Amino acid sequence: MAVPLVTVRDLGRSFDVSDPLVQRLITRAPRRSVRAVDGVSFEVQTGTTFAIVGESGCGKSTVTRLVAGLDTPSEGEVVLAARLGVRPRLQMVFQDPVGSLNPRWRVGRSIAEPMPAAMDAAARRARVAQLLETVGLATTDAVKFPHEFSGGQRQRIAIARALAAEADLLLLDEPTSALDVSVQAQVLNLLKDLQDSFGLTYLFISHNLAVVRFMADRLAIMYLGRIVEEGPAETLFDAPAHPYTRKLLETVPDVDNPRRERDAPAFDVPSPLNLPPGCSFCPRCPLVTDLCRRERPVLRDRANGTRVACHAVTG
Amino acid sequence: MSRSPSFLRRSLDSDLVWRLRQAPAAVLSACVLVVMVVCAVAAPLIAPHTPFDPGTLNLMDSRLPPAWVQGGSATYLLGTDEQGRDVLSTIFYGMRISLAVGVAAVLLSVVIGVTLGLIAGWFGGWVDTLIMRLGDVQLSFPTIMIAFFIDGIAKAVMPPDLNQATRFYVVILAIGVADWVQFARTVRAATMIEKNRDYAAAARLSRVPGIRILFTHVLPNTLGPVIILATLGLGVAILTEAILSFLGLGMPPTQPSLGALIRVGNDLLLSGEWWISMFPGLALVLLVLSVNIFGDWLRDALNPRLK
Ligand SMILES: Nc1ncnc2c1ncn2[C@@H]1O[C@H](COP(=O)(O)OP(=O)(O)OP(=O)(O)O)[C@@H](O)[C@H]1O
Ligand SMILES: [Mg+2]
Repeated sequence: MAVPLVTVRDLGRSFDVSDPLVQRLITRAPRRSVRAVDGVSFEVQTGTTFAIVGESGCGKSTVTRLVAGLDTPSEGEVVLAARLGVRPRLQMVFQDPVGSLNPRWRVGRSIAEPMPAAMDAAARRARVAQLLETVGLATTDAVKFPHEFSGGQRQRIAIARALAAEADLLLLDEPTSALDVSVQAQVLNLLKDLQDSFGLTYLFISHNLAVVRFMADRLAIMYLGRIVEEGPAETLFDAPAHPYTRKLLETVPDVDNPRRERDAPAFDVPSPLNLPPGCSFCPRCPLVTDLCRRERPVLRDRANGTRVACHAVTG
Repeated sequence: MSRSPSFLRRSLDSDLVWRLRQAPAAVLSACVLVVMVVCAVAAPLIAPHTPFDPGTLNLMDSRLPPAWVQGGSATYLLGTDEQGRDVLSTIFYGMRISLAVGVAAVLLSVVIGVTLGLIAGWFGGWVDTLIMRLGDVQLSFPTIMIAFFIDGIAKAVMPPDLNQATRFYVVILAIGVADWVQFARTVRAATMIEKNRDYAAAARLSRVPGIRILFTHVLPNTLGPVIILATLGLGVAILTEAILSFLGLGMPPTQPSLGALIRVGNDLLLSGEWWISMFPGLALVLLVLSVNIFGDWLRDALNPRLK
């Protein structure tokens, strides 16, 4: 098998969220830290889309920032495979469309920023116009400032900027969450086309399982900083094994049978501040046993090519 | 391609101008400020007399009261001082010096403060600690004391005639150096936020060199509060200069600022010639007051949290 473009090994990231020193001395509170990412390992093959799914706060953005090198891991490592001795170029579409554009720059300038320095002004302008059209904006929008756009439009500008670099790896942190359905479909189709024509690699984060199903080749389900299940997207959608994956897929509206009885999603997520010793999904798990409360399950390979971290799953 | 509207058009439509129209006190202070700045800058053209040209002075005309007082003369609207210089003209020239010293001193503080603040916020670590502790130490001395100190050094190291000639620059240095800390603190805090913004991260991913990110992304986004602080700082700088001059440590009598004029007139106050110090004093109050009102308004108008 080819060398994966991205290899993530045992990645961990803790954030210190202690009170300030003086306050801690007064209240005698101990230091506290959040384990945002814990023992995450996966590989992304060149030319494929690897998607990460999980509820808010489970550490998806943190993983993305670690892969991008914008943050340093507390444990583990991220290895990007060099191609012909050149570091792969990567670009990112950030989750928050407000902070991702410099408010004092006309958006055309922002979009042109990743373009090669050798490119002359006319070529840049032409490329900016072309990219703006690609993401469904007017070419005249290049001279406007970010505050003149809506959140969804800004997200599209950020996508245009990420595409401008012709990067090998695109880190897409909920790139379409602020877009309406038609624009979303347009952007997703564009990403697919680009992948087919240029062999781009995507690390794709989304809440929307329908979108993930459309985009992903492989899929990882995260829960409180850990991967609970990982494998080829199709297999996971057809035969989810981990109780959390099954719960997630259940909460996707069922088109064929909309009135089917479904569990109301439980919201007693344990805080990442004080994780229970066993499996962190225990409090919500229908299959919980004593073993689960005592011992944390490790991610293990299954016969169907997926990996799962659960005591209750056999095979 | 649609052209963006002209700069003038955009300025007139801007939020800032709209806000100015909503605040009569700010409009008034802005007008007073404009008039005073014009009088100061154009003093050689519009002052009725040339008070610092000894050839035009007439000792017979010394200590004349203002025109509307018994014994006053219409030639000297606000009267004359003991050397026969026209008070109104000396005020114009004095404002010129007060404003020049104030603006230059604030610019110096801004340059020092913004540079050190950027360095501290960008590099962090011990560089940050060193710069900010230095600022803390400096803040524990009153501005005026630091100005005294620099003034003292300048007097000690320079011969008297050179000292006279360089007075102007020494005063600027003394006031400017004393005031950088507030700018450094503001810029440092903003830098630490801006350098972690997503647009700075995007630039880093595009392999834009750090120094370019610092100057094109971070610096422009830290300058908003600096402009406000600088406006408010201008009032303080003008006052500090006036105090220094009043105490005899600022501008020399041959090149008097408003403060120096007040000092000279002060000696004659008890002998009844109140106008010699009163009018420069009023000019000083009016100048500083309008700068402060305008600065206050600017702070509110530009503060997004008060909108
Ligand atoms: N800089 C930080 N300092 C402290 N805690 C942080 C920091 N960044 C993230 N965290 C914590 O790490 C956890 C994971 O955050 P992250 O942003 O990765 O979640 P996410 O999966 O992207 O969520 P969402 O879907 O809402 O974007 C959260 O509990 C968050 O509070
Ligand atoms: Mg996120």
